[in-house]
Amino acid sequence: MADTSHGTGGVSFDSKKRSWPNELNIFFALIVIVCLFEVAGQLLPYMKGQSMLFDFNTNRDGTILNMARLKIMILQVAIIGIISLGVTQVIILGGIDLSSGPLVGAAAMVVMSFAQTELVNGNPNPKAVFGEWAFDLPVMIPILVGLAFGAFIGAINGGLIAYTRIPPFIATLGMFLICRGIAQWWTRGKPVSFPTDSFASLGSGMMPVVWFGGLAFIFHFILKYTVYGKHTYAIGSNEDAARMSGINIKRHKVLVYVIASMLAATAAIVLSSKNLTAQSGMGQFYELFAIAMAVIGGVSLTGGRGSIIGTVLGACVFGVIQSGFTYVKLDAFYQLMAMGTIIISAVVLDQWRQNSSSR
Amino acid sequence: MSNNDVILQTIGLTKHYGGVHALTDADFEIRQGEHVAIMGDNGAGKSTFVRQITAVEQRTRGTIVFGGEETHFNGPIAAREAGIETVFQTLALADDLDVPSNLFLGREKRLFNLGPFSPLDNRAMRKATEEGLKRTGVKIPNLANSIRNMSGGQRQCVAIARTATFPSKLTIMDEPTAALGVQETVQVENIIRNMKERGEPLILISHNMRQVFDLVDRIVVFRRGRIVANLDAKNTDGQDVVSYITGAKEGTPERAA
Repeated sequence: MADTSHGTGGVSFDSKKRSWPNELNIFFALIVIVCLFEVAGQLLPYMKGQSMLFDFNTNRDGTILNMARLKIMILQVAIIGIISLGVTQVIILGGIDLSSGPLVGAAAMVVMSFAQTELVNGNPNPKAVFGEWAFDLPVMIPILVGLAFGAFIGAINGGLIAYTRIPPFIATLGMFLICRGIAQWWTRGKPVSFPTDSFASLGSGMMPVVWFGGLAFIFHFILKYTVYGKHTYAIGSNEDAARMSGINIKRHKVLVYVIASMLAATAAIVLSSKNLTAQSGMGQFYELFAIAMAVIGGVSLTGGRGSIIGTVLGACVFGVIQSGFTYVKLDAFYQLMAMGTIIISAVVLDQWRQNSSSR
Repeated sequence: MSNNDVILQTIGLTKHYGGVHALTDADFEIRQGEHVAIMGDNGAGKSTFVRQITAVEQRTRGTIVFGGEETHFNGPIAAREAGIETVFQTLALADDLDVPSNLFLGREKRLFNLGPFSPLDNRAMRKATEEGLKRTGVKIPNLANSIRNMSGGQRQCVAIARTATFPSKLTIMDEPTAALGVQETVQVENIIRNMKERGEPLILISHNMRQVFDLVDRIVVFRRGRIVANLDAKNTDGQDVVSYITGAKEGTPERAA
């Protein structure tokens, strides 16, 4: 073969070899799902021809969109979405993080203890955890305490996985129980309430969506355009290759788990601020929903593949399905069954796609 | 004998794994611009020898002199920084990354330094990749594609181009064509010929007799952890090499030079 003898370098382009971005598939899936619910609204007899996203008749919000439902849809995925940004990085790295849900509970308890106000309607705070000194602290204090707590838990997760080489599933499963325990031990099970106004403003109104959007934006760039992102993909793709290339695998793993847990702690700050209270049971199932969002968004559980854009779209799919089921008046237990089916299908589809693309 | 053009020299290099003597008293030398093949049966100590030079493992005893100085690399990164580039038998590539990312894996170009969050200089890496591929004569249809979708030959070429993109003093290839088809093997052999023209020294581990006689100046034969022959490729033939490999012919050269 003549042209193999001397190449022209890697400058020739073959447009058909350009791979179709997975994010587009998820985007189309999102549109298809919305259409399905719209069709269901028109066809199901008991729905009386309603529309899920559009509002042609009342025009309450001054647009033809049903803004109220859109807001609820985004709002209910935003906080778990923040967790899923970290989970995405951990899965791309080739790991898994089961501890994020209980970490939300524990971090919320700890954070709220430093965010309490002294007087509630002129009476002393009935839920006070600490003494005088912990009342009405500047808002940065609970935020920093929360992030530090998250970083500490993440460092233990990452340290165990990197240095003792136990499987991430086991390390974070243990941390799952430990965090749930911490959350209950912190106040012996009592809720912590009545934050300062400045803390309450962190998660009020549409603030959770702002946090989710902003953090997604930041981590999209970090994963795509920095050394950190490149090494995360490399380790998840081929850990031996990454090691032989001189990447400090252990240090990098700890860093990724620390960042993931700090994101879960951020979710805890936003959630406790939004709810104006912290309870030890908060964040139940969040770790699984966060993993589900990432998986629906095309993050491969074998590591090395996925993106923040995909996960954000996965969160949107998650939100649309959740409120869509409520909208077609499907009972909660059917919702869980359907959700499980969708998660399994997403992974099966991803595997088919993977097998067909690699010869 | 002038010593200043000797790029790498090992004296009495020995490696024991517990009671297994994988490598015993290996004396070896390679000069500037020289291409040397290492041959031998499976388990003869070839890969062990390479792992000591590249510091993937630490030697039991012996001396390694690289570029005129005795070395004690504490790991493969130190060896690579000193100028020893290795193409490993198992491809050290990340499937999900594109060509430039693989070439620069572990030594990314940065726009400015922010520790792990330093932004990548993708344009410069892409440009250097194109130049490196051009220099080695490797054709890759689309640099932005992930390695996963490439053929075994293209992947191997990327792995080899990685060594060519960075200034190195010595390249080691561990069976670079073992898993490749005929055309792909030709492509890799052309890369090696280009290296010879440019005067870049190479240690080539190979089982392929034709390839070895085609490409190298000197053949060093390992058998049972020892160097048993050091042959000039022009003054020997396949028969001779095979008899050293199988042990039909015995010999312990004083020095492999």
